[in-house]
Amino acid sequence: MTTIDYCERIPNNVDLASDRKLQRALESWQPKFLEWWQEMGPALPTQDVYLRTAVDVGREGWAHFGHVALPEYRWGIFLSERDPNRKIAFGDHKGEDAWQQVPGEHRADLQRLIVIQGDTEPASVEQQRRLGMTAPSLYDLRNLFQVNVEEGRHLWAMVYLLHAYFGRNGREEAEQLLLRNSGSEDAPRILGAFNEETPDWLSFFMFTYFTDRDGKYQLGTLKESAFDPLSRTCEFMLKEEAHHMMVGTTGVDRVVTRTVELMKEHDTEDIASRGGVPLDVLQKYMNFHYSVSLDLFGGDASTNVANYYTAGLKGRWLEERRTDDHRLRDAFSTIPFIEADGTLIEKELPALTALNVDLRNEYIGDCSNGVKRWNAILADAGIDTTFSLPHVGFNRAVGTFSGHRITPDGKVVDQATWDAQVTDYLPTADDKKHVESLMQPVYEPGKIASWVAPPKTGINGQPFNYEYVHLA
Amino acid sequence: MSDTATPPPVVSFDASPDSYRHLALKFDGPIATIELRTAEDGGLVPGYELKLNSYDLGVDIELHDAIQRLRFEHPEVRTVVVTGGLDKVFCAGANIRMLAQSGHPWKVNFCKFTNETRNGIEDATENSGQTYIAAVNGTAAGGGYELALACEEILLIDDGSSAVSLPEVPLLAVLPGTGGLTRVVDKRKVRKDRADVFATKSEGFRGQTAVDWKLVDASIPRSRFAEAVHERALELAERSHRPADARGIALTPLHREVTADGLEYQHVSVKIDRDAGQVDITVRGPVDAPPADVAAIHAQGADFYPMAVSRELDDAILRLRTNELEAGTWVIRAGGDAAKVLAYSDLVRANGDDWYVNEIGQFYKRVLKRLDVTSRSLIALVEPGSCFAGPLLELLLACDRQYMLDGTFTDAEDADSQTAPTLIVTEVNFGAFPMSNGLTRLQSRFYGDDEALAAVGAEKGNLIDASAAEELGLITYALDDIDWEDDVRIALEERASMSPDALTGMEANHRFVGPETMESKIFARLTAWQNWIFIRPNAVGPEGALRKYGTGQKAVFDRKRV
Repeated sequence: MTTIDYCERIPNNVDLASDRKLQRALESWQPKFLEWWQEMGPALPTQDVYLRTAVDVGREGWAHFGHVALPEYRWGIFLSERDPNRKIAFGDHKGEDAWQQVPGEHRADLQRLIVIQGDTEPASVEQQRRLGMTAPSLYDLRNLFQVNVEEGRHLWAMVYLLHAYFGRNGREEAEQLLLRNSGSEDAPRILGAFNEETPDWLSFFMFTYFTDRDGKYQLGTLKESAFDPLSRTCEFMLKEEAHHMMVGTTGVDRVVTRTVELMKEHDTEDIASRGGVPLDVLQKYMNFHYSVSLDLFGGDASTNVANYYTAGLKGRWLEERRTDDHRLRDAFSTIPFIEADGTLIEKELPALTALNVDLRNEYIGDCSNGVKRWNAILADAGIDTTFSLPHVGFNRAVGTFSGHRITPDGKVVDQATWDAQVTDYLPTADDKKHVESLMQPVYEPGKIASWVAPPKTGINGQPFNYEYVHLA
Repeated sequence: MSDTATPPPVVSFDASPDSYRHLALKFDGPIATIELRTAEDGGLVPGYELKLNSYDLGVDIELHDAIQRLRFEHPEVRTVVVTGGLDKVFCAGANIRMLAQSGHPWKVNFCKFTNETRNGIEDATENSGQTYIAAVNGTAAGGGYELALACEEILLIDDGSSAVSLPEVPLLAVLPGTGGLTRVVDKRKVRKDRADVFATKSEGFRGQTAVDWKLVDASIPRSRFAEAVHERALELAERSHRPADARGIALTPLHREVTADGLEYQHVSVKIDRDAGQVDITVRGPVDAPPADVAAIHAQGADFYPMAVSRELDDAILRLRTNELEAGTWVIRAGGDAAKVLAYSDLVRANGDDWYVNEIGQFYKRVLKRLDVTSRSLIALVEPGSCFAGPLLELLLACDRQYMLDGTFTDAEDADSQTAPTLIVTEVNFGAFPMSNGLTRLQSRFYGDDEALAAVGAEKGNLIDASAAEELGLITYALDDIDWEDDVRIALEERASMSPDALTGMEANHRFVGPETMESKIFARLTAWQNWIFIRPNAVGPEGALRKYGTGQKAVFDRKRV
């Protein structure tokens, strides 16, 4: 039945060469994946791209660089090394051996968690498929494709779990992951945030900073899972996710840097006409991407997440570094909450049902590091404006704050007040139009668009003017 | 209440006339008499006395044994008279103190077995030419009258005091739920308002009123009672087609090895995994070729494969149902040579007019019905070497789900396991073993889809492989060897994690599609109503009627209608 040279075509550390179950599943899935990639992957035709390919999980193996034609990218299947003594760190099963198989009792929940995670990975590729047309430099174009192939690989990672551990049902779910498409009317992606096209590169940098960071924290909770293969898969994915966030962090860095340069050069804050993104527009983009990413953490009080925790399916960020009893049956947490009359309060909840907020708090702390970074660029340039993260209740569509209007500085206002001020908080049509006007492609090696500064260093020691992408 | 009481004993369903404590079997030509005279100190469990011919599971086990033996060991018996062996008492029904002290599962199991035994009485009357009449020679109350209701005719002694009654509702706040309510209206066609009066009138009815209300068939003066019963029994015997000169088939003791975690019979193996809550039941096909003819079948007696396997399976079901309450999933396999299964089946079909061969078919039908009403998740696994063919295919069809291996296991070594499993549908799957709803299991499976049923019918005698079986709808999933292990394991584990009560209710709903019969109603209403009432405080709470009965105190009811 084998028509694929698995080890060569699909680098892996799951013994694919001798696993008939996986081979059979992939034989049907892999062509469908490639079809999907052709149809829904990057729209810009290229000959090849300077990409990092993971061929192993170790220090040596995870970063192999070379020019690769995109469809021939070797999407691999990697799990972090197994710790044979790993114990479950939390919940009712705390202290027991980690599960090497899916317990039937938890099949439905585990499958759901994996499918939801898996659904986001190809979604972002779909959302970003047209960005190549307006890349500010070959360096950025390459980074976009690197993120894309790795999101593709993360899809493979989730599909691997479905194929290897969930039987016939798992194969069907894996196929569905390719049939749902971002923004599709009939079969959209599961989470709302993944059905919006990423319209421009500023949004792409913001997305990789804020939204991919949500992915990092979700993976972090699954890394704690009692289901060991899921845990090991997520651990390895986190390594790649860190790179995506670096693209976002340095991307926003470079936009801020360029804005500052233009401000200094022209001695004005109004740099829109000079080919840059003004500071207030940057703040509005941050407001938008941060607030919609907070929605991805789900409801403020969730019995699902409590059940997942108790069952051992999904832990907390850095679970084992926490110093409590890891069961939380009698623990309480205080979360920000809004009363029906619009009063902001602190509410005490059983800790188990407040775990979404626990994770969200970790995320918020992490996001504020980026803001500090960008403020440092402003400070170094002697500009006394600062960026800030909006209030947690700002522009929310999920959870307690949805249905209320809260300003970035945390004031509850009525709809009329909101409507009058929203142009100060969120990108306006004019802002977006301006950003869009800046999105002129620059494909010449060593050159870069007007609105963003070049990177300090290139990829894998290569210079900025390296020919990272050969266009078709 | 008493789920915390002393754990129930391990129950054996073995019985034999020479050790009956509660019954006497008497024979007089074509007439047999079952005389009930329960030993007061003979309760199966300590804590109650079987006064006034009241019964418990132990009494029912003897009654069940007697009915079976009359069918198989006594071809000459054409009428069976059920009567009381105590003065002025026919039967006072289920023992109240026993009910009051029993946990819920015990009560439910007990009632289910009682129902099955009474259905067996009606089945003997209908299909074996062995007509049961109740000679109610004293008070028949509650379950006592229900026992009489299972008989074809009820002859009540007219002594100025003996009455038939269903006092459960007024006295005990429970139902005459083992067929009583249903048979009064469905079988005896008592008008519903009269049935209402009857079932709420604790002292019941006697004499001519009982006849007028169709509660009994005749009211006979004390002096003429024995004679009239005898005459009627002889008249009914005339109608029977049972052979006069045949020799019975001795129901020899079952060969059964009971181990800590299993039961081993000649043709049936039972493995109990209490941690997983799972029982693996393997029914093996016949090893030897079938005997040449009817004479040879009779010569083999109870060892004749179809008879032997039915007895073993029946015993295994009964024991597991009563003794292994927490093993909620039964995984059923059939292993052996399908060709031999069919050879036996053909032999049985060709000799259907022989009384013994007929009895075997009727018996296997009842065993399958027992499986149908078993409150366990039933999962059939069809693996290489399996023999789900003809009569044994019914086991697969009785299951809630069927998983079939598509192809073989790659690590197969012996010849048997190198052949992909197949199913075989035969004529017997189209009528020989109806369910309690009056439909065959295939009709139930394809209810409302005659085309699908016809498609299966067109495959009679053919080897049906997994993909064809899946296409035909005979199985739930065809899985190849790569998927088999995980899919089956996950399905079983997932099943075991769900609420046993919800599963029981769900399964019973799915199993019995389509029409109701009196028989199916008896089970369904027992389950839906009696078992609900059995956990309600009005019956079993500290102030409930069942608990207060016999204490001189009045029950206190929660008056809310639900």
